[in-house]
Amino acid sequence: MANPIPLRTADNATPDAIVEVRDICKRYGDIEALRGINLDFERGKLTTLLGPSGCGKTTLLKIIAGLVPATSGQIRINGRVVTGPGPERAFVFQDFALMPWATVLRNVAFGLELKGMPQAERHRIARHYINEVGLSGFEEKYPHELSGGMRQRVGIARAFSVNADVLLLDEPFSAVDEQNRRKFQEDLLRLVDKERKTFLFVTHSIEEAVYVSDRIVLLSPRPGRVSQIIEPAIDRSAAPDVIRRDKGYLDVVEEIWQGLRQYAE
Amino acid sequence: MHMAASPQKVSATGGAGSGSSSIVEALADFARRRKSFWVAVSLAILFTAWEIAGRVPISFAFPTFFETLSALIEMALDGTLLPAYFITFQPLLLGVAISAVLGIGIGIVMGLSDKAEWLLAPVFIVLQAAPMAALVPLVTFVYGIGLVAKTLAVIMLALPVIVLNSYKAVRHVNPSLVDMCRSFQGTRMQQIFKIVIPDATPVLFAGLRLGIAAGFIGVMLAELLITPTGIGDLITYHRSVANYAHMYAAVASIIAVSTLTLAALQYVELRFLRPEKRRK
Amino acid sequence: MKLFGIKIPMMTSLIFWALVWEIVGRMDVIFLIPPMTSVIAAGFGLVQTGSWQNATLITLRSFALGMTLAIAVGVPLGVAMGRFKVVDNIFGLWVNMFVSAPLSALVPILMILFGLGETTVFVTVFLFAVWIIVLDARAGVMQVPPSLIEMGRCYGASRFTIFTKIILLSALPEILAGIRIGLIRGVKGVVIGQILVSIIGYGELFELYSRSFDMERFWALTIILFAAAMLLSAVVEHFEKRIEYYAGAR
Ligand SMILES: Nc1ncnc2c1ncn2[C@@H]1O[C@H](COP(=O)(O)OP(=O)(O)O)[C@@H](O)[C@H]1O
Ligand SMILES: [Mg+2]
Repeated sequence: MANPIPLRTADNATPDAIVEVRDICKRYGDIEALRGINLDFERGKLTTLLGPSGCGKTTLLKIIAGLVPATSGQIRINGRVVTGPGPERAFVFQDFALMPWATVLRNVAFGLELKGMPQAERHRIARHYINEVGLSGFEEKYPHELSGGMRQRVGIARAFSVNADVLLLDEPFSAVDEQNRRKFQEDLLRLVDKERKTFLFVTHSIEEAVYVSDRIVLLSPRPGRVSQIIEPAIDRSAAPDVIRRDKGYLDVVEEIWQGLRQYAE
Repeated sequence: MHMAASPQKVSATGGAGSGSSSIVEALADFARRRKSFWVAVSLAILFTAWEIAGRVPISFAFPTFFETLSALIEMALDGTLLPAYFITFQPLLLGVAISAVLGIGIGIVMGLSDKAEWLLAPVFIVLQAAPMAALVPLVTFVYGIGLVAKTLAVIMLALPVIVLNSYKAVRHVNPSLVDMCRSFQGTRMQQIFKIVIPDATPVLFAGLRLGIAAGFIGVMLAELLITPTGIGDLITYHRSVANYAHMYAAVASIIAVSTLTLAALQYVELRFLRPEKRRK
Repeated sequence: MKLFGIKIPMMTSLIFWALVWEIVGRMDVIFLIPPMTSVIAAGFGLVQTGSWQNATLITLRSFALGMTLAIAVGVPLGVAMGRFKVVDNIFGLWVNMFVSAPLSALVPILMILFGLGETTVFVTVFLFAVWIIVLDARAGVMQVPPSLIEMGRCYGASRFTIFTKIILLSALPEILAGIRIGLIRGVKGVVIGQILVSIIGYGELFELYSRSFDMERFWALTIILFAAAMLLSAVVEHFEKRIEYYAGAR
């Protein structure tokens, strides 16, 4: 495994782990998607799962979400074993998963609607988060009237509005064009800072991972295994443009590329 | 699946999108007018061909277009057409309503439950592919020649289409919406009523439309085969007295009525059920 | 469905229904439903009779003729509609109308034009099958990716080569799908035509058996017909699957 000058490779026992992944394996029939995954995710941190397409990122995230059963192994959230979806986790879908027949407001409030919260209250909360993601004024629009980026903001607002501790984001920006994507990343960082939640973020973009993450988990191609864990120590108080030109930032990008290069060849 | 989708293909496409500038708008307007222009052209071509063929004449039993048209007007004015439709529509509407309720219900259950799918799907697949018309004579044994028999004939043709389309609608619900509902701990009932059924609605409705088309075939078959009533009676009667223009007019009118009904339903479907395809 | 962890093929439920039928038939609740076993026995007897063989021959002949004409007219018309806007504008209205019109109402007209014979049935088959073949061929031609045609032009293909090697081949999956649905509709057409004419082929036999309350033979004939329809559709579907690998890649 190519692993030059690690900045700081973390050991596995994290003291304040909110999500614990233990020996997770997953097979789809003959396809072995994940093999022996062990990971801890620290409370209040943004961790990125990074790896080539088809390496099982989505699968791992859905196992953590309780949407897909693992073949073997265990997930613990706050020390409790996961058997299905729970209120402490919220999922943001790669394809947005917005209901085409519902307005932005109803889509954002949908998680609360399912919990049986009265309409007035859930709309108040939904409006707050619609505003938070910068979509105020679009409450009564339908998803097909929004751009890809705006649709994903709806998805993110929906996940925030149920007030979960852990947010699971599966390539949320993959359908967003490059300029909006950068804006989005900055907004995400602002929200991470403000909401103080734990984020699990899946991407296949190295730059994006380094820019937004406290910690990056590199997965190997199928069967997905943890190949490397990197903690980019980047000063996030600096301006975005400064960060993107920062030597530390660029070094980490390069390091990850060297780690992934073997798989691309 | 193809069977369900094909008839919509043509009319679902076409037409220019409206833009912001006035030139684009003018162009779009022209395209729209051109569409009705082409409708007029293709109507005119067929009617002219019909008129010429009638004048040659290609057969003693082939009236010209204008003869048929005047026969139609005559029947509409002397009060034979409307009562005939009133009679034809009874088994049709009754049969379609029963097929809709039963068919959508059975189809949704088949879509939701693997056991129901195993038990019922093959039966309806066979019934849809098979020539059900062969069974129409059977219903007369049990239910005689009245409204019940004709309604049953409609149901026999309409139900399988509606069931299979509803079933496919449910099976093709966006899985990521279902996942989304599960991730927010939606119950199975919430999942069915807040996600599966709303997401399936456009396809359910399209299935209903195909069921109505089949119902028209069924009701005409019943009226020609069981006992002549309604439009079927007009066709049979005028044929027996060699009043061919009137007979043709009755046939043309039922085809026109069914076409207009189906077009109206398609309009409703596009206008109200598919917000993502609706153009502003 | 799964039972005790074993996957049970879906079509096996038809065996279950045949059993139910047998039981209902043996209970003798309704004369319309004789036991399945006696229906099958009647079926074996039926296929040996001259009248059945004759009727089958007539039916197959009308069906084959009608389908041949439907394909010979439908595919070129559909392709022309897909390629030429004018053709599309002129025929689009009628094709869309007839594809879902109650064609059973048209059969009486065919009966007076073509007589109470095979010609009427053959035209009925044609009318039932042709429209969907046109529509699917049209859809197939219209969805040929423009980049594929541009590619052909870039490499210097002649218009004729582009047409035969690119457009027709890449529309083939849709054309075949249209033919498959056309075949199923054609079977319905042949039955509706014969039943309404009622003095030839299977229509005559159905008429005969139902008048004499010969339910065993009635059902035997129905099952043979249904089985033939399913078999036909399965054969074309199998053929479609063989070219599906490139339809799926689009
Ligand atoms: N429902 C499924 N059935 C079968 N195989 C699947 C399923 N979901 C994913 N896979 C396979 O598992 C592997 C990992 O998929 P996924 O988690 O979606 O990868 P990623 O998100 O990293 O691109 C892929 O090879 C994919 O083909
Ligand atoms: Mg993925």
